[in-house]
Amino acid sequence: MRLLTHNMLSSNIKGVTNGFPLGIEVEKVIEKQVDFNPDFLRNMFAKVEWKALVDAARTMGYAELPEEADLSMLESDDFLKRFHHALLELHLEEGALVCPETGRKFPVNKGIPNMLLLEDEV
Amino acid sequence: MKLKQLESLLGDLEQFSNPKVELEQYPTGPHIASRILFTAHNSFGDVNGKVVADFGCGCGTLGAAAALMGAEQVIAVDIDSDSLKIASHNAEDLELDINFLQCDVKNLGWRGHIVDTIVMNPPFGTRQKGADMEFLHMALKISSQAVYSLHKTSTRDHVKRAALRDFGAINAEVLCELRYNIPQMYSFHKKREMDIAVDLWRFVPKVIEDMQ
Repeated sequence: MRLLTHNMLSSNIKGVTNGFPLGIEVEKVIEKQVDFNPDFLRNMFAKVEWKALVDAARTMGYAELPEEADLSMLESDDFLKRFHHALLELHLEEGALVCPETGRKFPVNKGIPNMLLLEDEV
Repeated sequence: MKLKQLESLLGDLEQFSNPKVELEQYPTGPHIASRILFTAHNSFGDVNGKVVADFGCGCGTLGAAAALMGAEQVIAVDIDSDSLKIASHNAEDLELDINFLQCDVKNLGWRGHIVDTIVMNPPFGTRQKGADMEFLHMALKISSQAVYSLHKTSTRDHVKRAALRDFGAINAEVLCELRYNIPQMYSFHKKREMDIAVDLWRFVPKVIEDMQ
């Protein structure tokens, strides 16, 4: 699971009012190289919740993103490369996503998050 | 990529070995899948460089087609772990990098508008009434640019009304009518195979910016 996916998933358990962002429990992180596409990243920047990305990347062992980011930074190749790495190249291969309100864990196996809800959670 | 080349690559994909009727698992054939993505790319620019999601991906044919047509990221969602296994094998065989997610589409918890385009061949709702409309409703909430979906031609008026009136789409257009070939897959199928008429739709969602 990429942090791109993490940045848009939220816990949808019945009764939960703010299920975003999901916590991350890391068992295994892998890195996969992806082609660098600055235009795509500039477009994504407006849609990403920055703080959630920074925190998630740090949990996954990557602490190279600035706490705050603004549009002027999109001119910097160095910044874009860090953003690229955090958003697209880090993968949670094994672990879990954790609902921020209930603590319910959604397992991630072989890189695939299992967000299926139980009957009484729908 | 040429249409023929796309269709031929998709033709090599593995399909359901034990399809589950309750989930209305029918493969999206290479002919239809290649035409959907080819049109989305060539006529509307909805694929290249975009984030594309495949809802109810099954064996992952539409998602693979999106990746082959140049989608920057593809997210394939299905409720069924057996389908996801096949879909990830298929992605590996074609050396495609696809994000998979196990979830019931109707219960997706999703923030923001990171996904540009959604392509889907939803369950037609013959087993679980209204399943296709639940998919469409969710797709129109999540995507920021376009939704491509197949629905039975016999439900055309209903689909249009629901999309525009109930799900807030700002446009709903039938791009073409296709013959969807249903092979004899399940025991209740009396005929060896049959064609049903389906519409390929393109919907444009109304995007409401999140307050965050």
